[in-house]
Amino acid sequence: MTASDTHRAIDAVWRIESARLIAGLARIVRDVGVAEELAQDALVAALEQWPKSGVPDNPGAWLMGTAKHRAIDLLRRSKRLERKHEELGRELEAQQEMAVAELDAAIDDDVGDDLLRLMFTACHPILSTEARVALTLRLLGGLTTDEIARAFLVREQTVAQRIVRAKRTLAEEHVPFEIPRGAELAARLSSVLQVVYLIFNEGYSATAGDDWMRPGLCEDALRLGRILAELVPKEPEVHGLVALMEIQASRSGARIGPSGEPILLLDQDRTRWDHVLVRRGLAALERADELGGALGPYALQAAIAACHGRAPAPEETDWARIAGLYDALAQLTPSPIVELNRAVAFSMAFGPAAGLELVDALTSEPSLENYHLLPCVRGDLLAKLGRSDEARVEFERAAALTRNARERSLMLARALECTGGSPHLSSK
Amino acid sequence: MRFMMLMIPKGYEKAEPGTMPDAKAVAAMMEYNKSLQKAGVLLALDGLHPPSMGARVRFAAGKAKVTDGPFPEAKEVLGGYWMIQVKSRAEAIEWASRCPASSNEIIEIRQVQEFSDFPADVQQAAAGFPEMQAHSGNAGRS
Repeated sequence: MTASDTHRAIDAVWRIESARLIAGLARIVRDVGVAEELAQDALVAALEQWPKSGVPDNPGAWLMGTAKHRAIDLLRRSKRLERKHEELGRELEAQQEMAVAELDAAIDDDVGDDLLRLMFTACHPILSTEARVALTLRLLGGLTTDEIARAFLVREQTVAQRIVRAKRTLAEEHVPFEIPRGAELAARLSSVLQVVYLIFNEGYSATAGDDWMRPGLCEDALRLGRILAELVPKEPEVHGLVALMEIQASRSGARIGPSGEPILLLDQDRTRWDHVLVRRGLAALERADELGGALGPYALQAAIAACHGRAPAPEETDWARIAGLYDALAQLTPSPIVELNRAVAFSMAFGPAAGLELVDALTSEPSLENYHLLPCVRGDLLAKLGRSDEARVEFERAAALTRNARERSLMLARALECTGGSPHLSSK
Repeated sequence: MRFMMLMIPKGYEKAEPGTMPDAKAVAAMMEYNKSLQKAGVLLALDGLHPPSMGARVRFAAGKAKVTDGPFPEAKEVLGGYWMIQVKSRAEAIEWASRCPASSNEIIEIRQVQEFSDFPADVQQAAAGFPEMQAHSGNAGRS
């Protein structure tokens, strides 16, 4: 094995082991920042030693052993300091030795709970959303600060500061390294799910020409979601989120055209969907349903995505079911965007007039005032109803609002159609 | 990126129909599979019945000709596969190295071709439909 092979192998081991390593260490030292430093020290030791000695048979255990020794040294040192300050007696020293031994044993236990504690800590509501995202990718995704910065199109220093501040806040506020119980669990879990989905969406919104780290975020989020589903298998919304991400990710090969233009769902070549991911998504959704979570916000969105995933062709889409699911989603998490999507589903299921009725109710919605898809949808429904003049005004408005050149020319073309510029309407 | 880890058990090319791995080996393998699942990297996996229960379809003369297994000329045959989603080839190798395989077994690692790996002309030929111009009017995210 050459030195660069060894470095690649160390990199791979780090990807696989770093989260478990940091989680196990955080349990000993009760500080995720210190735990990460200890894990990094172990990584540095591996980088020094493995090129000479070769990669050990059980590299994860090697890293954990090395870091654990450093953790215990650190604990002893701080206890010794403490002892000097407070002049503690012999009895207490014996107790501390025992505590160290117990911690030593504790870290060899199943690391699953530690990993879960680490997720809850990294996504603690005391931190800003940006800090939660950065800390999660760093501590659980094994990404470097530079990789996170490239993925989020911000400066490396910005991410580094976010992480440092987040760790400091966790330490200063004495955030316990634990799994929340009872009523707190639901709120804390929802913060974890939100962070994972934010990471996924950041990757999903990447466009052609972006750094390859960006679309890579989808895979990072999926991996985190799948890990989480193994850690809390009885939580239906976790499976709902995994289902949603798997099904959305299944379309990534079909949703961008050869020159980087977005292709809408109904126009996608469905043979390019990744059917392994579709199947996994449907299975995860089924698990959410079995656990009684069919009406959770993620499960509902996944169920809508699944209606498309199951349809071999756009004409075979079960729009009535989608409309019903949007009804449920609109009640659970009402928002103008959900409402606009509900209107589209209604128009597909029950005709353009039914959709238009819902869209018209949105025209006075201030948050959609500059949202190009509202006039775009309204124009389409008006055109379908034969109200060409009104449709043209909407398409022109959509063209003026969109920032995407391709979309603008598409909207202007549709506006032209409404004036009789299209062969379909020329008999008028 | 996705990889196939292809399990090649030496001797399987000659295995009798209905041959099954022994329970102890299966238990160890299940443990391994679980570790892949817990790490969030496992996408799919399957074990395959021996070639003596299969068939080969050849096209040497320009049309299909079927031969039932076993296949005396085959020196290495597949026993099963895992499909994993990982960050790098090195990570796939690291996962394969952790498999509790026996001394007669080999794991071959092969990267799964993604559509975007193909050059434009191949993409064109592989496309199921000609590129459709957007009908628009759909607010549903793509």
